[in-house]
Formats: sequence, C-alpha cells, structure tokens
Amino acid sequence: MVVPYDIAVIGAGVVGCAVARELVASGLSTVILEARGDVGDGTSKANTAILHTGFDSTPGSLESRLVARGYHLLEQYADAAGIAVERVGAVLVAWDDEQLAALPSLAEKASRNGYEETELVDADAVYALVPALGPGALGGLTVPGESIIDPWSTTLALVNDALTHGAELRRGCAVTGVSRPSVGTTLSTSEGDVSARWVVNAAGLGADVIDRMFGHDRFTVVPRRGELIVFDKLARPLAPRIVLPVPTAVGKGVLVSPTIFGNVMLGPTAEELEDRTDTSTSVQGVETLLEKGSRIMPELLTEEVTAMYAGLRAATEHSDYVIAIDPDSQYVCLGGIRSTGLTASLAIAEHVRGLLADAGVALTGPSEPSAATRVPNLGEAFPRPYQRADLIAEDPEYGRVVCFCERVTRGEVRDALGSAVPPRDLDGLRRRTRALMGRCQGFFCGAEVERLLDEGVDQ
Amino acid sequence: MTERTVLLPAVVIIGAGPAGLTAAADLAPHVPEVFVLEREQVAGGIPRHSDHTGYGLRDLRRSLRGPMYAARLVERAMAAGARLQTEATVGRLDGNRTLTVTSPAGVQLVRPRALVLATGARERPRAARLIAGDRPAGVYTTGHLQSLVHLQHRSPGRRAVVVGAELVSWSAVLTLRHAGCETVLMTTTYRRPESYKAFSAVGRTLLRVPVSVRSRVLSIVGRDRVEAVQVQDMTSGVVRRVECDTVVLTGDWVPDNELARMAGLDLAAGSAGPAVDATLRTSHAGVFAIGNLVHPVDTADVAALDGRHVVAGVRRWLDEGEPPDAGVRILADSPLRWIAPSQVRPDDRGFARARLLTWCDEFVGVPVVEVSQDGRLLGRTRLPWSAVPGRTFRIPARVLDPVNRHGGDVTVRLG
Repeated sequence: MVVPYDIAVIGAGVVGCAVARELVASGLSTVILEARGDVGDGTSKANTAILHTGFDSTPGSLESRLVARGYHLLEQYADAAGIAVERVGAVLVAWDDEQLAALPSLAEKASRNGYEETELVDADAVYALVPALGPGALGGLTVPGESIIDPWSTTLALVNDALTHGAELRRGCAVTGVSRPSVGTTLSTSEGDVSARWVVNAAGLGADVIDRMFGHDRFTVVPRRGELIVFDKLARPLAPRIVLPVPTAVGKGVLVSPTIFGNVMLGPTAEELEDRTDTSTSVQGVETLLEKGSRIMPELLTEEVTAMYAGLRAATEHSDYVIAIDPDSQYVCLGGIRSTGLTASLAIAEHVRGLLADAGVALTGPSEPSAATRVPNLGEAFPRPYQRADLIAEDPEYGRVVCFCERVTRGEVRDALGSAVPPRDLDGLRRRTRALMGRCQGFFCGAEVERLLDEGVDQ
Repeated sequence: MTERTVLLPAVVIIGAGPAGLTAAADLAPHVPEVFVLEREQVAGGIPRHSDHTGYGLRDLRRSLRGPMYAARLVERAMAAGARLQTEATVGRLDGNRTLTVTSPAGVQLVRPRALVLATGARERPRAARLIAGDRPAGVYTTGHLQSLVHLQHRSPGRRAVVVGAELVSWSAVLTLRHAGCETVLMTTTYRRPESYKAFSAVGRTLLRVPVSVRSRVLSIVGRDRVEAVQVQDMTSGVVRRVECDTVVLTGDWVPDNELARMAGLDLAAGSAGPAVDATLRTSHAGVFAIGNLVHPVDTADVAALDGRHVVAGVRRWLDEGEPPDAGVRILADSPLRWIAPSQVRPDDRGFARARLLTWCDEFVGVPVVEVSQDGRLLGRTRLPWSAVPGRTFRIPARVLDPVNRHGGDVTVRLG
C-alpha cells in the first residue's frame, strides 16, 4: 500500500514553492507536482519583478493584507537566502490634471493599506528624482519602499529550501484527474498516481481547471497578457527608480522600471486573451509600448532593445484572491493570484499554514522557517563571480567568462547544471545564471552555451 | 582593505580579431609590451567561423578561408612578440584607461599608456529589430549560426528564412546549405538585394533562393521551435505566412561599444561607435579605436589595415604623450548614415587606406560626393562605384583635402 504524502502542492511557481517550503518545514511530508518541465516557468518568470509595498491594493482585501505581510517576509527571506533586492523606490507621475487630482486619494488609499510613507511632490521634485522623464509631468507621489527583486532566484531559493527540508519535486507531472479514496485524495497525473492527505492548488493559470476537478465552479481564469520591452543595460542610468502611472478611469498606464539585472523595462500592456498558453508579443503591443515610452522617457528609445516578452496574469472575475479551504475534501485553493503572487508568496504560505492548523492538521515544525539554502547572486548591483578574485582563486572556472554581455562564467553554468533543480532548457539556464539574456542574444556565445547545456543535461 | 596591484604595460589592445591582431603584429617589433586581450577561448575574431574564401585580399595579398586567415593573423602577432591572452574579459573600463580584466588567473587592474579598442561589431538580434511573436528555439544571427555550424559542427534545422539580402546574408545561405538546411526565402526591406548585383544574380541562379524585396518579418510563430514567420509586403501591407523551422537574422550591424561607452568616449553620429580622427584617436588621450567597432562593418582585411594604420599614432603617443588639438567634425548627411573617421585634426597625417568609410541607406547608382564646411561647398567628386545599402561605401579621403582643419563642421553628402 502506498503511503500518501501529507501534502501535494499542484504548481511549482513562486506561490506553490513557498507553500511547499512552509508546510514541509512544519513537519508535513510534501510533494510538488509541476506540469511544465521546470519550476517557475509560468507567470512566476514573466512579471515586472517588483516587490510591492501594497500601497495600491484594495484596502480591506485579503490581497492587501497578504501583500503587505509578504513584502516584509520576502525582504527578510531575500536577505537570508542571497536573493538580490534593491529598494529603488517608486514615484507615480501625473501627466494631466485628472491624474494630478487623483494623487491625494492614492496617498490616502495607501494609508488605508497600512503604508504611510508616501509623499506628494511637485513637478520640480519629480524631475529631480527622474531627470530623464519626458516633458509634461505635473507632480507626483513617492513610494519609497517599492523595490525590485530577482523573481527567478526567489522561486529557486524557495524550492531548494523545500527540497532541503525533505520535499519532493516532480517536473513534467501534469494532474489530469482527482479521485477520493478513503484516506485523502488520489491525483491522476501524466506520471502516474499520487496520493496525498491534503492537496493545495497553486496551479496559477490552470487553477480553475484543478478547482473544477474538486467539484467547484467558483472562478474562471481569463489570462491577461502583459507585454514588456527590456532595454539595454546602458539605459540604466536613465531610470534610477520605478516610474509608475497614475491609474485613472481610462485604465492603468505603463511603468518604466530599472530591473535587478541592470536593464530598464517598459510595460506592461494588459489584454485579455483566450489562449492561456499564449505568451507571444504582438506587433500592436510593441507599437503601443514604444509610443507610451517615447512620452514617459524619450531618451530610453535611443537605446537598443535587448528583449521583449509577455507574461499572463491569472485574472478571474473576482477582484480578490480566491483562497479557500475545504476541510471535507482536505483541499486548499489558491486561485486568482493575479499580479502580486511574487510579493505575497511567503504570506500566502503562512496563511495556508494557519488554515491547515485551524482545520486540525498537526504541525510540528516552526512557522517562518529560516532560509536553508543560499542562491547565487544575479543582481547587477552586487558582486558576481567574475568580479571576485577570492572566488576565482579558489576555482578558476569563475574567471572563465562564457556569456560576455552578462559576464556569466563557466563555473556558474557548471553549478546550475549540477544544482538540485537543474535547468532542462536554455530558458531555465538563463533564469539560473543570466546566460543569454544580454544584448547580443547569443551572437557571440549562443553556440557555446547551448553546447554546455546539452553536455550538462546528458550527464 | 587589500592593495590591488595595477599592471602598467605600454599598450593594451582589446580584441584579437583581424584589426587587433594586425595592430599587435605591427606594434610588437617596436614596443616591448603589447598585450592583446581576447575574451573568447580562441583568438581570431569572426573569421574563425566564417568558412569561406576571400579573406586576406588587401592585407595578406592572398585569398584564404576565414579560419586559416584567423590562424595566420594569430601566428603573425605571436611571432612579432605580442602577448596574447585569451579568456581575458574586460569587465570595466573607466575614463582613465584603467581596465578591470577577469581571467582564470583572477581579477587584474591594468592601466596601459596606450589603449586600442578593437572590439568589433555584432548583428542586432530579433528583439532589437522589434520582431514580435513567440520566442521559440531556431532563431539565430549569422554569428551564432556560423559558430554552431563551423565550430560545433551542428545543424540548425531544415528549412530557413534568411532576413537580409546583403553579402553576409548569402554567406549565411551557404553556411545553412553546408549544414543541410534549405533556405526557402530571403527577405529585404530594400527595393533590391543589397549585395553586388553580379553576386546576387549568381547566387539566385546557383542557390535558387527567392528574394522578397520591400518585405519585413513582422513576427515569428512557434512554441518550442520555429514553425513559421509572418512576412509583410511593405508596399501593399499584405502579410503572408512562410513555413520554416529556422530564422537567420543577418546584417544590421551595431558596434560592440559597451567599453567605449563605459569610458565615456565621444560617439560618432549615426554609427554608435567611438568617434575617431584619421589617426584613429578617440576623444580620450591615449585611447584609439579601430576596425568594425568604428565602421560597422567593412571586410576583415579593411579592419586589419586599420590595425596597421594605427601603429604610427600609437607610437607617436608613446614617444611624445601630447594630447591632440581639437579638430573638425565630419558629419554624414542622409542617405549617408555615418562616416568614419568622423573627425579630422590638424596633426592627422593620412587616412587608413586613404579612404573615408560611410554607410548609405539607399542605392545611389552614380554617387556625387559633396563636401561642405561652414555652409560653403568645398568640392564635388563623382565616383565610378555605386553606393549600395548593406555594405560600406568608400570615399577617397582626398575629398577632404580642401578642409580647413581649424574651421567649423564638415558635412559630406551625396548630391
């Protein structure tokens, strides 16, 4: 007879990995089931990578509470695990009278969300904060705590911790059906049956499909695509902090933000799609972004575009997260985590622990587990191996640069290929090392990096 | 705080392609410490993986295959006594000629008395060309393709669309064919294929590749692997789908100018490369720039001859150490996109190959070069060779003879 896991988490995105880590550290045997070939391969890899203060959440919502708590938890965790974070701060810029008039109420909303550090500033102050801003800014609202973070290393750190505490990870394992035997649930998957006492649905873009397998019909995921343009690192001095749009009745504008990897990003758009696997960028989307970018920061467009990508938000018809526990089915649903999953991840995990405790699940480990592993630094603002004489002296492979644009060394590629959750494809290698995310996009190093990956995957 | 030692050689050349290696080979007999820093594992530059003939015509007076040419230039540099270091990556360059070099030996600060930037150029990738769509495997620049085929001996796919119909694009077609990949279409935004008329006619006949003019690739389709491209006719706006599993982005060169920008060098208008004078000096004393970094791109032998030409200037700097006087800017007027050198100083003696190099965005069958200074026309010169988009247009430097090197800006245009 198969001994069921205590917990099966469906989805190895940032939320699923945070939950798995929390629960396995609480003493529950845990398996993470990921349909795709890698962890963090859905929305978790394709977002704006902002660690949100939550100043603009809907006050009183569960999302508001979990984002605020998550900000604090993730900041601490990032420090302990070595995940790069930069507290660059943000400024909302008002470009017309309507937007200007909306600023005080946004400050007040921030207050109701428990964030008191916003400050109304005039046009001169805005231009002092962002000298490269285009003409026409009338004033702004600063949000000093808004930060940028490495989203890829966050997911990896969380899953590494979970594995260190004894969790199992199964990649390429899609849940196709649910049946309820006497003890817990049996999940049918593409890799055979998995039995668990409790199931946590962190399936992101597929959360509604899983929820329906459990007999519910409470939300539908409508993917909202956000396209983004990433500019060359040489543009970085233009964006010392995040420039946010002022949301109006017409809609949300686009932001310009420095990235943790040293680039500048412009976006996102917001467009409802039918195909929840469509992460293509569109001709129209690119045109729209460039047009908006040319007004927000004209000089930005004189720099080369390094990358364009799109992420899908798991939006639902509800304005708040759909987090619910069903003690009879021993099932927890984490649906509709649209735009703030990265920031809220650790708070969601903490919340799930609480829900299980209230439902009578015996938890033996501590809450707020410490970081069990450290991840390599990918942040451009902090030292990386190619700059570290001490590391190179110990291991010359850290002095052999293979991706020149991003200064990624052979030692780092080797480490990624030999890690607990190694990459299966170039995209996975890129997220673990920064290889191939540079301006040449493989002109110089593409063939060699691909060869290293193939060699490493073969072994 | 640890003391960081700084190496102080006479000369550092960054980049061991044809330009850097030739500069090294010609300098080393006269200057004891000429370091060449190459970040790749093997020196030689792009010719290492350009496995076709035609290399070495102007500098070695032979026609060699790329890899042989590269090896020959490396030998010459070493034989001359240059200190070539591979796997040496310059991570930082500041405005005072101080480099931070990463290698398996560690992190080293180097401050040469003369610095020569020979970092070359690269082709712009798909995102830089604003090609939207999915992001599947199977999309390459020619550089990537050549490395894959000629260095790794691997095949990209079976059915390719080549973006661009310049010389380098035909080189890509040949490389694809060598790897068992058929080219089903070449696209160009221009009205006619940019490469030499004769060559492209031969190419079309022998290789039988249809060329779609006034066309651009709008987007790429395919989840894990390329499945098709969407090609738009720029005249009619009609978009059609072309099935393929490989896309090769050719031409559309940008100089590898990161170090130049880190150091704060003045850039030439229109090229994104550092501005240089006829002696190949940049805006910073003791810093020189040569090759395709300055003129993206001309042929390898022209880059090599830059390396030869810069030797005089480097030696003069090492002997005299005099920062040069200000000169006059040379500005290129549309349809000329950039011109190199983009400056001429009073003490400049001659131009490399006695030529100005420019890039023309339109086909001009019978170009008449007009040179003006301070708004006055100085001269008109009709040239017997056409200006063709997709490759450099060379102008004899004597057109600048009437220029007053203490005067105002000079403009070069095609009348």
